[in-house]
Amino acid sequence: MDKQEKTEITYEYTRRRKYFGKQTLFEDHGPEMLVSIPCNPALYKNYILRNPVNVAIQNTGTMSEHWVNSVRAEYTTSGINHVEGGWPKDINMNDPEACQRYRRKIEKDDAYIHAVMHLGHSMEHNILQNNAVDMYQTYYSELPSIPPVERSSCHTVNVYREPGTRRPIRSLSWQAEGARLASAHADIDFMRNNRSLQFSYIWDIENANAPELIIKPPQPLLDLQYNPRDQHILVGGMLNGQVGCWDMRKGGEPVGICPPHVAHRDLVRNVLFVHSKTGSEFISSSPDGVVKWWDIRSMNEPTDSMIIDLVKLPSETQSIDRALGISALEYESTIPTRFMVGTETGLVIGGNRKGKTPLEKLPTKYEAHLGPVYALQRNPTFLKNFLTVGDWTARVWSEDCRESSILWTYSHSTKLTDGAWNPIRFSLMLVTQWNGCLSCWDLLRRRSAPIVTAQLCDEPLLKVRPHEGGLLVACGSSKGTIYLAELSQNLGTADKNDKQLLTHILERENKRERILEARMRELRLKMRQDRDGNQLTPEADPAVNDRDLEEATTEYMQMVSELQAQQKSL
Amino acid sequence: MATEVEETIKRIQAHKGVMGVVIVNHEGIPIKSSLDNATSVLYSGLISQLTEKARNVVREMDSTNELTFLRVRSRRHEILIAPDREFILIVIQNTSD
Repeated sequence: MDKQEKTEITYEYTRRRKYFGKQTLFEDHGPEMLVSIPCNPALYKNYILRNPVNVAIQNTGTMSEHWVNSVRAEYTTSGINHVEGGWPKDINMNDPEACQRYRRKIEKDDAYIHAVMHLGHSMEHNILQNNAVDMYQTYYSELPSIPPVERSSCHTVNVYREPGTRRPIRSLSWQAEGARLASAHADIDFMRNNRSLQFSYIWDIENANAPELIIKPPQPLLDLQYNPRDQHILVGGMLNGQVGCWDMRKGGEPVGICPPHVAHRDLVRNVLFVHSKTGSEFISSSPDGVVKWWDIRSMNEPTDSMIIDLVKLPSETQSIDRALGISALEYESTIPTRFMVGTETGLVIGGNRKGKTPLEKLPTKYEAHLGPVYALQRNPTFLKNFLTVGDWTARVWSEDCRESSILWTYSHSTKLTDGAWNPIRFSLMLVTQWNGCLSCWDLLRRRSAPIVTAQLCDEPLLKVRPHEGGLLVACGSSKGTIYLAELSQNLGTADKNDKQLLTHILERENKRERILEARMRELRLKMRQDRDGNQLTPEADPAVNDRDLEEATTEYMQMVSELQAQQKSL
Repeated sequence: MATEVEETIKRIQAHKGVMGVVIVNHEGIPIKSSLDNATSVLYSGLISQLTEKARNVVREMDSTNELTFLRVRSRRHEILIAPDREFILIVIQNTSD
């Protein structure tokens, strides 16, 4: 801000030269009033007294403002082309001769030699190391992955409760290619006076709230089976010995019932479809000891019947008085004319429909259990072997071993009520117990104990039926409830080796039993001969004809000698 | 003595998988090389810097420690670097067989 220039008060005067030099005489001159402006009272009206007077003052430190900037460094980005460097100044880089000379000079240097020797040594070590092993390869990639530890489990996925009164389940049957389950309920209490209608049900497994269809038999059904050829047809056996057939499409009333005079004389415990061209034939069995063949289309009379009476001599005829009550029935569609029955006395009898004489009709007999045979099923893959469940054990038999079973479970503390093979994993047996447990026995894993036991409920489980897919198992209890259990994956599938392994196991056990059988036979023969002590006939060595024993001995000796040779060579 | 050096270098080159050997001095001049000049110069420039950096790293971590060997493994080959006070020995080896 520029300071205002002070206006100087000057008074200029001019005088003639001749008057210069004269002393200026100053004299007082009184104040001369130039202007007098009196106050004008008339103007008072335009003004008022200001009261209070507002004056703004401030008492702060005085500050001044000043800005500064540092000295800037200038940057530029530019590229540098390094071609080659490091050469000492006196050598022209492009001159190869000079470079070579320089190089040679360095090569002669002591330090160079020492350095190279020292470095070369460690370098070689690493080079050889690299050549020896590829450190960074993925190791063990060519090894097969170890299968994880198997965890088997079984848990309930669905529960189907019978609406209304709860009656024990007598049979379960899966629909051939569908997702339906037929359950037959019957309360067998002969003392009851009023026989109200007892229904059986068809459940859709997806819907557990209510059964899909209610089957209304005139008498309680003891067995209800789906036709494996036709998904909608079912046959059932009733409490008074009649058999009937139902069609799901036509509702719950039976389509046809056999008349009472051709029916069984006792309740029908089992019905089973057989293989036939029309797919409409089935067999029924009952504790009266007769097996009858029926055709759905004409239920007026059975097409055939067979009395299960074991006769010793071919001349005897079978009579129904001596017939053995049947508690289990088995039929395998790949062996059309043969079937098996399990009796209430604990025998398993093989039957041949096409036999002419009574002996031919019932060719084989096995003394299976101490009580009634509750379940009888052939292994779907190994047809020569079948499973029986009775008294307190479950046994696996081979057809050629008549004396005893080849494999058996220990005697349980509770009664075993039903058993079945798993259709996909053929070494798995499912067994239900009286205490409500479902136990799975896997012949490939452990034969001394079941691999999984699941306690599905508190009441006794009476029936078990695996689904053809192998993972689902339906179990029926005495209170009329069906528990649908699911097995873990490893229990529902079979590996490719399993068939071979199971064949080995069964063969081995079979052989063992046969050898034992042969031994028993010779002991008995000996005893008999000792008893008739008079005729001392020279006995041929019974062991000579025993092929199995010979085979086993040679195999054993061979293995022992092989091992010995191995031991010697070590 | 000089012949021993030659022998050593020849021996190293004769190992399985070795593609090239370069000896570089502290100024970055390739003294001895089995590769052509351009490649040698490239290697010497880049690897000297890398070695210096690596040496610093080791020193910074632990002042009593020092760099003895450096390996740069890549998909095609491996560069083995043996540093010294004055010189650096570089070997390029093919690792994948």
